[in-house]
Formats: sequence, C-alpha cells, structure tokens
Amino acid sequence: MKPFDEMIKTSGDVRPPYEQLKCWLDTQNPERLAQKSLDAENVFRKTGITFAVYGDEEAAERLIPFDIIPRIITGNEWRRLSQGIEQRVMALNAFLDDIYHRQEIIRAGRIPRELFTHNDAYLPEMVGFRPPGNVYTHIIGVDIVRTEENQFYVLEDNARTPSGVSYMLENRETMMQLFPELFQQIKVRPVETYPKLLRQSLAAVAPPGCEGTPTIAVLTPGIFNSAYFEHAFLADQMGVELVEGSDLKIENGRVVMRTTEGNRAIDVLYRRVDDSYLDPLTFRRDSALGVAGIMDVYRSGNITIANAPGTGIADDKALYSYMPEIVEFYTGRKAILENVPTHRCSEPDTLKYVLENLSDLVVKEVHGSGGYGMLVGPAASKKECEAFALKLKANPKNYIAQPTLALSTTPIMTQKGLAPRHVDLRPFVLVSDRIRITPGGLTRVALKEGSLVVNSSQGGGTKDTWVLDD
Amino acid sequence: MLLGRTANGLYWMFRYIERAENMARLIDAGLRMALTKTSDAPEEWSSVLMSAGVKIGYDSKYKEYNASLVSDFLLRDLNNPSSVMSCVETARSNARMVRTALTREAWEAVNETWMVLKSTLASAVPETDLPRVLDQIKRETAIIRGAFHGTMLRNEIFNFARIGTFIERADNTARILDVKYYVLLPSISYVGTTLDNFQWESILRSVSAHRSYRWVYDVEYNPVNIADYLILNSRMPRSLNFCYSNIVDNLKYLALDYGKRHECHEMSESIMTRLENNEIRTIFDNGLHEFLSDLIHQTNSLSSKIAQAYNFD
Repeated sequence: MKPFDEMIKTSGDVRPPYEQLKCWLDTQNPERLAQKSLDAENVFRKTGITFAVYGDEEAAERLIPFDIIPRIITGNEWRRLSQGIEQRVMALNAFLDDIYHRQEIIRAGRIPRELFTHNDAYLPEMVGFRPPGNVYTHIIGVDIVRTEENQFYVLEDNARTPSGVSYMLENRETMMQLFPELFQQIKVRPVETYPKLLRQSLAAVAPPGCEGTPTIAVLTPGIFNSAYFEHAFLADQMGVELVEGSDLKIENGRVVMRTTEGNRAIDVLYRRVDDSYLDPLTFRRDSALGVAGIMDVYRSGNITIANAPGTGIADDKALYSYMPEIVEFYTGRKAILENVPTHRCSEPDTLKYVLENLSDLVVKEVHGSGGYGMLVGPAASKKECEAFALKLKANPKNYIAQPTLALSTTPIMTQKGLAPRHVDLRPFVLVSDRIRITPGGLTRVALKEGSLVVNSSQGGGTKDTWVLDD
Repeated sequence: MLLGRTANGLYWMFRYIERAENMARLIDAGLRMALTKTSDAPEEWSSVLMSAGVKIGYDSKYKEYNASLVSDFLLRDLNNPSSVMSCVETARSNARMVRTALTREAWEAVNETWMVLKSTLASAVPETDLPRVLDQIKRETAIIRGAFHGTMLRNEIFNFARIGTFIERADNTARILDVKYYVLLPSISYVGTTLDNFQWESILRSVSAHRSYRWVYDVEYNPVNIADYLILNSRMPRSLNFCYSNIVDNLKYLALDYGKRHECHEMSESIMTRLENNEIRTIFDNGLHEFLSDLIHQTNSLSSKIAQAYNFD
C-alpha cells in the first residue's frame, strides 16, 4: 500500500496545507531551485554546521544533507500534537519523581519492578533527591511519526539529551535567506525564539539559594563530539559560556569555572555529557569529561543540572512499551498521542513471535540510539535477518520489536524533480515553571527512495518544518 | 570575563594564523634566494628552516635541502607542527573551540581558509605553482584578519587575539634577523657585494618589507638601516618595536577591563622601554646576536607569564 503522502492525496489533489507552496513550486524554474539547493549546502559548509560520524575517519566532519522543500503542518494538527506532547512530558516528569521516591506506580502494579533493578539508566544516587523546581527532564525532543491523515505515533521520548534543535533553527534561517518571498506569502509560526526561551527556562529552575541573575553554562564533551556544533551554537545564542570538564572544579561547595578573572560559580549547567561521564567520583572513574564531585554539589542543592541525572530511565526503550500506562497513571487521562505497539523480546512467547516475523518487524536495542544496532526487517536481506536472529536469541532482554510503520512521506527535491521520501518529526519541548513547545521541530527525512531510516548517522537529511499560523 | 580556555584558544588561534602566513613568506624569500645564481641554494634553504624554527624536525626526516623538499615540509607536512597546513588545522580547531567568542564572519573566514587550503595542499605543490599557492595563503590569512578587524568588538576577546598575533610576530621577526645576523654585521662603510644585496633583500622580503623599506630609507640597502627598520622602527608593522607596542597596549586594555595588573604588564613595558630608548648602533656595539637571542627568550617567557596571569597556563 502506498504510504500517506503529506502533500499529494491518493486522488492526485494537493492537500490544503501545501496548496500555496505547490502553486509557488509550479512557477519555479527547476534550475534555479537546484542552484538554491547548492547555495544551501554552501551555507552549511561555510558555517561549519557539521556533525561527526563515529568510526568514520574519512568523514570526520560531515554535513547533514538539507532539503529545501519545507514540511508543512497545519495549525490544527499542531494543536493536537502539542496537547499530546504536553501531556506526555508532564507524565514523564511525574514518573521520574515517583520512581525516585515512593514508587507508587510499581506498588500499584502498573509496571514491573524488574525494569529498574538491573537498569543502568536508573541511578540509585537520585533516590530521595528532588531537583530544583521538581523538574527532571527540562529539555525533551519527542520523536513522532505519522501514518495517516489523523494517525500520529510517538516513537521515542528522548528525555535525556535530545539533539537537533540547532538544525531546526539553522534550517529556518537558511530557508528565510533562500526564499524570503515564500515567507511573505505563507504565514509560518516562528521558531527563532527557542534559544531565548531555553535561557529563560533554565534560569527559572536555578537553585533556590541563587541570588540575582543565575549563571548558566553549557557543558560539552568538546570539539570532537558529534554534536559539538550544536553545543557551541546554543551557548552562543543564549549568551552563556560553553564549558568543558577541564574548565570546572569544585570550590567551597560550588561548581566553578576557571576564567581570566579567577573562578566563577555556576548556578545552572545545561550538560550535553551523558550521566556516566558526569562525575568520575560517582560514575565512570575514567571520565575526563565531567567534574569530580559535582554530584555532591548537586545533592546539596547548589547547582541545577539539566537534564537531571537519571532521567534516562524515562526514555529507556524497555520502558517505552509501558508509556500508555504511565501517561494514564499520572495524568488520569488516556494518552492523546499513541505509542507504537511494542513487543518485549524479554517475554518468551513474544520472542518466539518476533523471531518468526523478523522480516516484517523493526527490532531495536533497548539501550541503543542513533539508528545503530537495529534491524529494519523489510529492508534487510535474509542473511542479515539470520545474523540478527542469533544476536536476538543470545540476549533477548536487550531488544524490543515494533511493526514496520508506513511512515508518511513528503516530497524532497531530487535531480529528477520532486519525489516522496519518508519523514519523522522531532518537536522540542522545554519544561521548567511551565511547558514551552516550539511550533515546528526537526523533520528528518530518509533520502534513499523507500528507506525508513531517517537518522543522520545513516544517511538521513533534514527539512525545515512549518507550522502554519492558521 | 572569559573562560581561561577561551582566552587560550583565541591566543593560539591567532598565533597559528600568524605563523601560517609567516611560513608562506619565508618560503617566498627562500625561493627568491635560490633563484640567485650567486647563492648557495642548499645553504639558503637550511637557513629558511632555521628561521622557521623547524630545522631539527626537518633534519631528522631528510638528508638534503632543496626547494621541493623544504617547501613541502613547510607547507604540507602534518608531522611538522609549524607547517602551513598544521597551523591552519590548529588555528581552526582553536577557532571551533572558541566559536562562541567569534563573530560569524570571523569564524567563517577561518573555516573557509581551512577548506580552501586543505584542498590546495592535498597533494604536493609543483614548483611552478608555488608562487600562486603562497599568494593564496597570504590572501586567505588577510581575509581572516579583515573579517576579524571589521566585525569583532574591541573587548578582551580582541585583546587576547591581538596579543597572540604580536607575540608570534615578534618571535618570528627576531628569529629571521637572528638567523641572518651575520649578514648584517659588516661595518657601515662596507659596500655590499651582489650577494650581500640579495641577502639583505631576502631578509626584507621574508617580512614583506622590501618595498616599504625604500619609502622610509634609501633605494640602496644598508644593513644598519635594515636592522633599524626591523627592530626599532615604530611604524613598520612587523618590527619588534611595533609588535611590542601592540602587546603593551592590549595588555593595558586587559588591565583596565579587569582592574588588575600582573607581572606580564611590568615585563612587556620594560621590554618596550628597551626598544624605544635604543639606538641601532648601540645594539650593534653590544652585539646584535646577543640582543636578538635575549629578545626571543624574553618573548617566550612573557608568553608564559600572560598565560599564568589569565588562567590559561
């Protein structure tokens, strides 16, 4: 069956949100558009908007391909999505607070205790500790896919350190440079305020003892990290320092950074370093990326770490299948956004089913990310499936399986003109004193015809995402 | 207030950009000398390597000195930390690290230089192409300087960058003079041979001063004037006097901004005083080589004192 296309209906008519764009496209000279594509690529290369691919030395810094055809979402569609997202992030924060305190949800028998007992993402160090403002996950990027006009699914919650927001902003910036006339014709809701909102949001959860304007910093693993560009970009846009572990130490119970005028205390740390590297005294002892002793400062309430350590448990893939229960448990209402039906390979009957239907399923590692170590059944060869089956049998707990969704498509610009490709959507959400959702997000697109893998590390590209102001 | 690491990144980014440009000039001067029939080309290349401060590294790799080996070592060799390509790589890494402190224009200029030179220097440069490539390097670094001057706020960020530039430049000028000091030694009444004339021109050429020299002094090259020009002249942008006056000024701004003076302030000012209140003849009388090697040593130690004062040691 043909997947749902967001621009062209099966009847051949253009869907209403794309009408104006389609009209405009029809009047454009294809050569001019091709030139604009090249212009965009040059802008990205010149600006150094790159990411690193681990284990790929040749392409130590690569561009994420950018497609110039925007992906359009109506105001109505967006309203529904954002209600669903809001409900979900409220539930995630309530869930985190609960499992690090009274664990009502386990007592109520809604989720099994084993999910936590042997899970590295669950940090005993966080038990009984309440972060400033009672917020655990401050910055979230919910991955959403669409399969029909009115059918959206949440694929992943990305509650620890979602990346990609810089692409959302740069994509818009680039589009406005390339096609100013389009923005005059079509009313698109702005995304540019994100860095300002991020700063406000982080400032709002400063430790209670903080006086005056809180000092905020972004902690990066350094220039060799795949998302370094984004770390620098966000620090720059927020007007805060971009620090590395080596810039920081503990002094008089505070985390301080070494500056040209001596040491300065930090109130809020937006860290883009994983939990396990955050504090060599508490977690991985060989980590040079974190700050020795920061967990003690954190636990004594003298710094806010965003996102809080231990939030990873909320977007753990083993937990994902329980999200409908979790949302309902904490919000008292059914989840507005659906989960993709998920098979837990840890359950013997399910494992059997998954093995028998491998060629129809997508199998993911519970702790994996970035599209690594996953099997897309329909796209895999028989040999690949067999090899994967062995891995699966060896460690079933490590995997979940989902039906292959017919992801919606939107057109991209190819050398032969417009052609449909599968997309997903990652809207970005900020949580502090209130919830702020930027209208739009990052649309990732699988550039290969028929491919369902949109990850940038696997040859995916991005598009600007327009939420119409209608 | 800046992160110590940011100050460090700015300082070294600009030292390496300056160094890349100086390497191009040195090769240029070397090529010129090698073309002179009267000169001993291997000897000239060896002294170019010495001026570049990389002779030990070169000698451990090659046994002979010629244009293609030396220029390849100075342009492309990534094992030579001072080769143009190494410098540009290091400058760009530092620029990436301090990206939040740079304007978009300044960052893009550095990034573009890196992209352009990476492709230009991807394979060995044929001798016939050298002049074009050297010009390109000088042009790229000029664009970085232009973008930086045209867009950067004159604050501490600017000051650290400028200090890096002028420390590197002072070191470079002093080194070029010191390697060739013996060429300048003959007494004033001595009329240079053709070879001397070429040697003198080569010194001026390696700091891009062979034309401006004539505007200030005479058409005739004269070793005392050349030394005066490169050491004491306060308007020649690569003279030691000029470099130090900029170092002193930028350090002063930092002291003003931060409300605090450090040992590096005293030190730079005392070196400046020595350059201002000196006559070139006195320097010759007391020993040109001694003067220069002392200055190179002092510049190094000033560099560490600056790093200490601003927490990036």
